Amino acid sequence: MEIFEILLSASFWAAAVRIASPLIFASMGELICERAGVLNLGIEGIMVVGAFAGWMAVYAGTGLWVGVGVAMAAGMLFGLLHATLTVPFGLSQHVVGLGITLLATSAAYYAYRLALPEVTSPPRIIPFQLYEVPLLSQIPILGQALFNQTPLTYLAFAVVGVTAFVLYRTPLGLALRAAGENPSAVEAQGLSVTALRMGAVIVGSGLMAVGGAFLTMSAFDSFFFEMVNGRGWICIALVVFGAWRPGKALLGALLFAAFDALQIRLQQTGLGMLVPYQVFLMIPYILSILALILMSRRAEVPAALMVPYNRGER
Amino acid sequence: MTNTAEAREVVLRLNGITKRFGSLTANDSVDVTLHRGEVIALLGENGAGKTTLMNILFGHYTADEGTVEVFGRTLAPGATGAALKAGVGMVHQHFTLAGNLTVLDNILLGTAPLWSLGRGRREAQARVRKLAADFGLAVHPGAKVGTLSVGERQRVEILKALYRDARVLILDEPTAVLTPQESDALFETLRKAVDQGLSVIFISHKLHEVMAISDRVLVLRHGKLVGETPTAETTPHALAELMVGAEIAQPVPSEAKPGATLLSLRSVFAHPPGHRTGLQGIDLDLRAGQILGLAGVSGNGQGALAELISGEAKPQSGEMRLGNKAAPPWSPRAALAAQIGRIPEDRHSTGSIADFSLTENAILESYKDTALSRAGWMRWSAAEAFAKQVISRYDVRCPGPEARIRLLSGGNMQKLILGRALESNPRIILANQPVRGLDIGAVTYVQKRLIAARDAGAAILLISEDLDEILGLADVIRVMSEGRLSPEFLRGSMTATELGRWMAGEGFDRAA
Repeated sequence: MEIFEILLSASFWAAAVRIASPLIFASMGELICERAGVLNLGIEGIMVVGAFAGWMAVYAGTGLWVGVGVAMAAGMLFGLLHATLTVPFGLSQHVVGLGITLLATSAAYYAYRLALPEVTSPPRIIPFQLYEVPLLSQIPILGQALFNQTPLTYLAFAVVGVTAFVLYRTPLGLALRAAGENPSAVEAQGLSVTALRMGAVIVGSGLMAVGGAFLTMSAFDSFFFEMVNGRGWICIALVVFGAWRPGKALLGALLFAAFDALQIRLQQTGLGMLVPYQVFLMIPYILSILALILMSRRAEVPAALMVPYNRGER
Repeated sequence: MTNTAEAREVVLRLNGITKRFGSLTANDSVDVTLHRGEVIALLGENGAGKTTLMNILFGHYTADEGTVEVFGRTLAPGATGAALKAGVGMVHQHFTLAGNLTVLDNILLGTAPLWSLGRGRREAQARVRKLAADFGLAVHPGAKVGTLSVGERQRVEILKALYRDARVLILDEPTAVLTPQESDALFETLRKAVDQGLSVIFISHKLHEVMAISDRVLVLRHGKLVGETPTAETTPHALAELMVGAEIAQPVPSEAKPGATLLSLRSVFAHPPGHRTGLQGIDLDLRAGQILGLAGVSGNGQGALAELISGEAKPQSGEMRLGNKAAPPWSPRAALAAQIGRIPEDRHSTGSIADFSLTENAILESYKDTALSRAGWMRWSAAEAFAKQVISRYDVRCPGPEARIRLLSGGNMQKLILGRALESNPRIILANQPVRGLDIGAVTYVQKRLIAARDAGAAILLISEDLDEILGLADVIRVMSEGRLSPEFLRGSMTATELGRWMAGEGFDRAA
């Protein structure tokens, strides 16, 4: 069976981890926002901005890590806009989020045209290279999948660990989670819900942008329109799938990416000759919906998610 | 314990607090002094200024005049958290807890600087356990708050304050949601706290509790301190008069003359969505000329029963009879057609439409009557005449029938709803928490009207969490627990303590 050959090959698992990396960054960003009580639908556009800003910075001559920083800063800027409108002003998180996505996407495309008015095919940069971790990469199959990746992928896994630690082990994380559960409990302790929520949205948006930058600086080496292609929306679903827990969301990202890597390979098998390729493209989404239904039935939604907090109101 | 009060250390002092909102003076030079190891009760009707005073203490409002001193130091006005840091802990009437977090997380929230790694959870847990043991506040630190009972949540709130080394505890209407047994446990905790040198401010309008727990009583009326007396030197009756500012008479119903059974349920099961507990096969008879009082801790199926009788929910199984006929296919319309008058639990969310006028609200249940609409056209002049009639007969204080109902006080809104329900002379009246949140004047009024309706031959189901109300009004008492009903107890046959045991779920298995 060709499918077993695929599942046993190191290159398949390496591809899954690579495809998962941008999803991991962005879903951690979304998870932080939602845990504090703010749904950030700006994620899709913020990823586009990150993809463009990081790539553009490197093309303009900065180092790769500076490029990641630029992407993050650009994402945080849009995060600041989102946070200002949704937290102190208490506007609808749906409307603001979709607005930010439209604005950020258009702003990135506009900036691209301003910077490169004449080009027909976008210029390339030298992206992050694979870094083989000594010893660990020698483990059969898993070693090549997990420990022969670019540094940005390693960073993605580190971000999951840091997010989980901060959320569950520090007073800051506790306050953040409480802000998403019962903001008046936070306010009653003399902490500022506004500051916590704005901070979460800004930092979360920065992570989303790094997720976008992974596409142009690690997965590929150039910026195309439409390259984010709904990954932001997938991350919204991944957060639900992960029941708002970093570890489970990571698992979800890997699962989705594995389905995606699988369908690419299935297209090239004998089956691919018989079935239209669009059917394969649907596989990860269909399986994700099924997994979402199974996994999220007992999920505990942050109680104050999407509820604006106004001091003094009950 | 009271005679040496002057000599003891003053822990909290409010000096001449005055707070004005526009033309309304919410607090008028109020002085409060609290000593170490003392329990004072702050008594007053809704709108007397208790909440405003506490908001000033905690810095949520800035006082126009006056100062707040805690342990001899003056707090900066309007600084939220200053009182908290100085050692004043508050247990709000509406708990400020996060349901999806554990007890320990809720207690630790805000106790360590945000940008630190926090102290060891093990150590914190040990401290919570010790406090819980010292003060008799049994609660499991690892449990999620959402799974706890109301009484347990209150213990978490008190633990929160104690964990922050509070030396002064302020409790706002703490017994409103508790069974009598839970209230006794709370009082036990407060006595332990006082023994350890803490001081307590107990905000309430339940006079017998105030008499039981406090050393000194302060009475607020219209923002002014109208009385301050050692508890031992006063009586509940004197306090009630101070609160209202006039002689009050609790309505005492005459002997009931029960008639035919107008509505009966046999082995009815129903579990409408949105209620924690459904009805577990109950039998119920509502008789003409009788008030049946339904006691119980909230969330034990009273909501489901109210929805069933009002027509919002249908019985899943069992038999429902109106008089001696089987009930028609059940719906809100069918309930109205069966002449069931409805006073809903929440006058804001289900009883009225806030931005509609009094006229529109008055005809919400009867607009299809031929008197009010004909061939699909509203007859607004008739509707307004009806609203005016309700307003005058039920003493609804309002600018006029065209005013939006949201402008009315709770008491006046309730009078309109009461009038709307009673004006059509219903045969059966569902009164779900009819006086919750009303001040004594409005309470007395509503209760008198219900008694009058009973005397006119209506069958009344009175659902209340307030045992005093049940004991005072009901001709027959039943207790609801976990969706089951106790047997019927005649007026005067049960004490509050005995009913409390039923409310806690004891006795049902034997009865069944």
